[in-house]
Amino acid sequence: MTRKSYEGVAVAVPVTVPYVRYSIRAAHWWLAKALGELIKESNLKKDDIDGLSVSSFTLAPDTAVGLTQHLGLSPRWLDHVPYGGASGVVALRRAARAVQAGDAEVVACVAGDTNHVDSFRLTLANFSQFARDAVYPYGAGGPNASFAFLTAYYMRAYGATREDFGKLCVAQRANALNYPQALFKKPLTMDEYLAARPIADPLHLFDCVMPCAGAEAFLVLSEARAIHLKIPFVKVLGTIERHNAFPADPVQMRAGWALDKDDLYAQAGVGPEDMDFVQTYDDYPVISLMQLEDLGFCGKGEGPAFVRRHSFTHDGSFPLNTSGGQLSVGQAGAAGGYLGMVEAIRQLTGQAASRQVEDAKRGVASGFGMINYDRGIASGAAILGC
Amino acid sequence: MNALLNFTKSLTAGKIRVIDLTHTLSPEFPHISLPPEMGQAWPFRIEEVSHYDERGPAWYWNNFSCGEHTGTHFDAPVHWVSGKDLPNNAVDSIPPENFIGPACVIDCSEEAAKNPDFLLNKKHLLNFEKRYGRIPPRAWVLMRTDWSKRADDPIAYQNYDETGQHTPGPDTDAVKFLVEERDILGFGTESIGTDAGQAYHLRPPYPCHYFMHGAGRYGLQCLTNLDRLPATGAVVIAAPLKIRNGSGSPLRVLALMEIS
Amino acid sequence: MLERPKRKNPVLRTRLPTLPPAARSRVALGLTAAAALGRFELQQCKDCGAVQYPPREACHSCLSTKLIWQNQSGTGELVAATVLHHSNDLFFRERLPWRLGYVKLDSGPMVVVHLHHLIKSSPAKVTVRAMLDRAGQAVLVARPEKETPNMADDRQLREFTCDPKFRKIFVTDGKTNLGQALVRSFVNAGADLIWVGHSEPWKKFAGFDELQKVSQVTLLPLDLTDSKNVREVAAEIGGKVDIVVNNAECHRAFGIGNRLGVETARAEMDVNYFGLLRLAQELGPAMRSRGADGQSSAVAWVNILSIYAHANFPPHGTFSASKAAAHSLAQCLRAEMRPAGVRVVNVFPGPVDDEWNQLLPPPKLAPAALAAAVVKALQDGVEDVYPGDVAQEWLARWRDNPKALERELSA
Repeated sequence: MTRKSYEGVAVAVPVTVPYVRYSIRAAHWWLAKALGELIKESNLKKDDIDGLSVSSFTLAPDTAVGLTQHLGLSPRWLDHVPYGGASGVVALRRAARAVQAGDAEVVACVAGDTNHVDSFRLTLANFSQFARDAVYPYGAGGPNASFAFLTAYYMRAYGATREDFGKLCVAQRANALNYPQALFKKPLTMDEYLAARPIADPLHLFDCVMPCAGAEAFLVLSEARAIHLKIPFVKVLGTIERHNAFPADPVQMRAGWALDKDDLYAQAGVGPEDMDFVQTYDDYPVISLMQLEDLGFCGKGEGPAFVRRHSFTHDGSFPLNTSGGQLSVGQAGAAGGYLGMVEAIRQLTGQAASRQVEDAKRGVASGFGMINYDRGIASGAAILGC
Repeated sequence: MNALLNFTKSLTAGKIRVIDLTHTLSPEFPHISLPPEMGQAWPFRIEEVSHYDERGPAWYWNNFSCGEHTGTHFDAPVHWVSGKDLPNNAVDSIPPENFIGPACVIDCSEEAAKNPDFLLNKKHLLNFEKRYGRIPPRAWVLMRTDWSKRADDPIAYQNYDETGQHTPGPDTDAVKFLVEERDILGFGTESIGTDAGQAYHLRPPYPCHYFMHGAGRYGLQCLTNLDRLPATGAVVIAAPLKIRNGSGSPLRVLALMEIS
Repeated sequence: MLERPKRKNPVLRTRLPTLPPAARSRVALGLTAAAALGRFELQQCKDCGAVQYPPREACHSCLSTKLIWQNQSGTGELVAATVLHHSNDLFFRERLPWRLGYVKLDSGPMVVVHLHHLIKSSPAKVTVRAMLDRAGQAVLVARPEKETPNMADDRQLREFTCDPKFRKIFVTDGKTNLGQALVRSFVNAGADLIWVGHSEPWKKFAGFDELQKVSQVTLLPLDLTDSKNVREVAAEIGGKVDIVVNNAECHRAFGIGNRLGVETARAEMDVNYFGLLRLAQELGPAMRSRGADGQSSAVAWVNILSIYAHANFPPHGTFSASKAAAHSLAQCLRAEMRPAGVRVVNVFPGPVDDEWNQLLPPPKLAPAALAAAVVKALQDGVEDVYPGDVAQEWLARWRDNPKALERELSA
């Protein structure tokens, strides 16, 4: 059975609430800001929002339900997507189907988190039952330790070097210098990257995302409504979502993309070679390499060679994470799972200013999240086009 | 009445001195040891109830526990099987006048220093009488050995070796002589027990307990300061706690002596 | 190899104890329950045989909820290693850098482990064990496949064990064969100093002269029934004791009907229960303050209890009751010592070959074997010790059916 297309669905109004390293506000503040921006930028009234999708780690004890009362919304379609780095893709594909089916006309997809001085530690300590039982008591390094294992294994298996990861980080920093919201505002050199202090061998400081507070959002609505509102929009060409793929793999060297990429490209009617840019989920550079491999830009284990062959700036041979990615923008909790999606919308609607990829027609944004125990469980990807 | 008023006047005037023959009750004071499978007398133990603290803001007090035969203590006739059926044989029923009597202090300190197993015999007693006169009836006969000077060193005080305890005491004939021929109130020692440490091997075992209590007489143990008493002329007051059917009790033993 | 620690500068501040993260799901405490006994158990599916990790409520393979904790060999291969230079937790921050490994167990699961320094790089064959950390919770530790001398000296491993090496020990009763065997075992295990209590010092005991000749030994008059004495001894040595072994006990072979009165039972309680209480009140605070005092911090409190603490042995009925009371109090002590990371180790021997078990038929546990088990438990980081075959059998019987054991003991 072939999958139904997302025909008639529009994705629009990329919103970013400027990030800060620490915030004394609650998650609700950040989500409200994002929603307010969506309404302002779309010329909609608040009551026009009849669908809401929420992603946040720090909203507890509230859920999306509580947030509706907090923000005075009365949606007829509501989703809570606590999927971490996969939140953007998952929120998009669900909202698209709701709009397509007529269950909602305008879905506001928002993701955001606050970051108090001690938020990150508390999030780590209670991230999941498996993490609390079998990871956090082991040095309490958080995902650093899990990705250290993964990175070390990847380096050993496929011959990647620190310079390979460094090349991505340096290129993304160059992209970030053209993105005003990025928290990192100074250029990064390869020497600085290599000389950074170790965090969890082989990971060093610039291999690790910096937790911060912020929010991201976009609207999903019908093309007709978007045209009526006179707002630029993009189309959803294909999506995939997969959880706990390849559970028998001893070390995570691939995720759901490897299982579903053919489905993704078949639905979109295009191939990897047709992408004008790629937004990967990049909490650590090794996971970007894995996505490039699994999404078919190169073969498994060819990531290092691929990195050495390309440049990754917005004007380079393979534009990647054109706003700087989380590694240079910051990781605002669940908003990190929206960062690539929001940037993809900006690129495809010509709103990427000085980092605009020339003549961008199609791009892929992928997501990855929830290090439940020893690996990321949720993965997904979406191809957007204009 | 004059006698008692004169007594208190003399006391106030310092003409009568009060000597304390009692050791301080404390947990570390040596206590009697029996074979471990037998019942054991509790050593003296003390626990604070409050000390001007949350357990009692304005007051300090303790709970203490001990056996009847702890520290400087009194043995009643009922303590021994030979005295079990006598009338007035327990600390609560002993006529109180029996707690007071003249003291005869037999100085055995030189002998005990040479021989910890020293046994006081009848000959020693007759020699004492030759020098100080006949032991009067209803007297407290106190055997001075200076053993109390060892009390700060529990090991020396108990004086154990692989054959048991070695402390001085009376022999069988001496006890029988004092009871049958001198009608004394009781016998007192400075060591643990009115009998010698090795008295288990005498006939009968523990003769002082056997005959003294069998005749309704009393014992005083773990006395101190006997070296400050004259051979004769002092009066001992040794009133035990009034414990119903008690076999003995720790007590304060006082000696009164006139300053000439 | 571990160096003898330098003498402590007594005017410097002593670091306050911190604990590694202690929160666990209830099902994960199955790992702790086994580790407390020195075992490495994982859940295995009764229906399909799949071994599970992390602990869970249902089989990841067939969804069966019949997951049984089964002993594991722990063999596996280290597939990746890392050294943490950063931690979000105070305990680890103070101990960085910290080595971790990621191991594929031969039985299937992938496990995150604390990694012994002798395992240099991956891949490598390793043996994984479950050990209790300072918070008293089970963690997995990978050690080299083959035992080597001084393996216990690993800096990280010492955070999980209570190794007597270079530590100061307090044995509360040196008058018994057990007490003297404990001293010999601690000397052999590299203890730095051993204080040895002895009650009723006027009764010279067999072995006194030999004890006095041991250069590590200092004899102390100690009577656990005397609060003042306990307070004074604790004041004298409490600030230095790293490991307490409370082996002082009063044991008489009586039940209820064959001993008149309560004196004997009370004497047993006074030593076995109140003695522990006095010692804990006087020595506990000082030990708690030294839970993180460098390489040779205060680490363990050992109680010599009895298997009869679990089920009464009527011929020694009042003794059994006193040990049950002591066991209960030891659980309280364990809770109160845990914030300092000081482990309370409870030892449950079967009948020991001593004078009070004279009439019990063999097998009886030799004092030397019991002493060796105590030291091994400290070296292995075990919390509940059932030394020897007899105690192991008792434990199995008790766990299998406590009521049946009650009937058997009263037969």
